Amino acid sequence: MLIVSCPNCGITAEETEFHAHGEAHITRHAVGSSDDQMETYLFMRKNPKGVHFERWRHQYGCGKWFHMARCTMTLEVFGTYSAQTYSPPDDLLARIDARRPGWREAT
Amino acid sequence: MSDPVSALNNAHYGAGIAEVSELGAVGMITLRGDINTRGVQKGAVDVAGVKMPAPLHCVTDGSAGIAWMSPDELLIMCNYADVAKKLETLRGKTAKVHALAVNVSDARAVFELRGPHAREVLAKVAPVDLARDQFKSGMFRRTRIAQVPAAFWMPEEDVIRMVCFRSVAQYVFDVLSVASQPGSEVGYI
Ligand SMILES: [Zn+2]
Repeated sequence: MLIVSCPNCGITAEETEFHAHGEAHITRHAVGSSDDQMETYLFMRKNPKGVHFERWRHQYGCGKWFHMARCTMTLEVFGTYSAQTYSPPDDLLARIDARRPGWREAT
Repeated sequence: MSDPVSALNNAHYGAGIAEVSELGAVGMITLRGDINTRGVQKGAVDVAGVKMPAPLHCVTDGSAGIAWMSPDELLIMCNYADVAKKLETLRGKTAKVHALAVNVSDARAVFELRGPHAREVLAKVAPVDLARDQFKSGMFRRTRIAQVPAAFWMPEEDVIRMVCFRSVAQYVFDVLSVASQPGSEVGYI
């Protein structure tokens, strides 16, 4: 079971109060993109064993979206951060570096 | 004017380890906007008649109250009969700020769990730490009750009030009744 902290309202709760919505930081290819780009946007998803970045929503709580970095193997939650960003914050990346040396090469 | 009818018409279950009651028609106004701005806060406080709650908390006084729902949402509680007038006043007071106020009284149901085992009954159906030193009077928690969304607070120790959507009122009443059936004390909290 994941223990999740919502960065919007500050509640820490177990995962059933939240809902996962898939891989984060996906480039939204739209008008003018190629078929390959559109396919990537719609269907191509990472399925890493290890560090993963996802979009989540505080479904039964404040109702807000946010991002979460977690390990798909151990279910360790590295941290949550604002939905209003294109990439994970540096301090979170540093924390993951400390916990999972070499994870960037593996992804 | 026709009489207001609540979801379960004051249904009551008193044979278990905690008393479960539906509280009838309760006045509720949802106020969305930047609740950290003075304009929004002043409107809410003036209309509700209680102070502004801190995040994740509520301030209640009898039927009057304000609950902190999310970073951009407040729930104002009052007598059912007063909603229309209060809503008009609130809309006037927040006319110049970016905010939205709506009467949601008929979209909701309100329950009360009462008795020394009230915390225990709630802990069976909500993923929340209800230990006495963790969940305290004055806190307001949006979460789920079994399979549906709900929010609750404790106006006083051993009394829990709960808001849910009207469409799931019967489900919530049944879940709370089953969770408080005789002999089901856990004895942990
Ligand atoms: Zn939240």
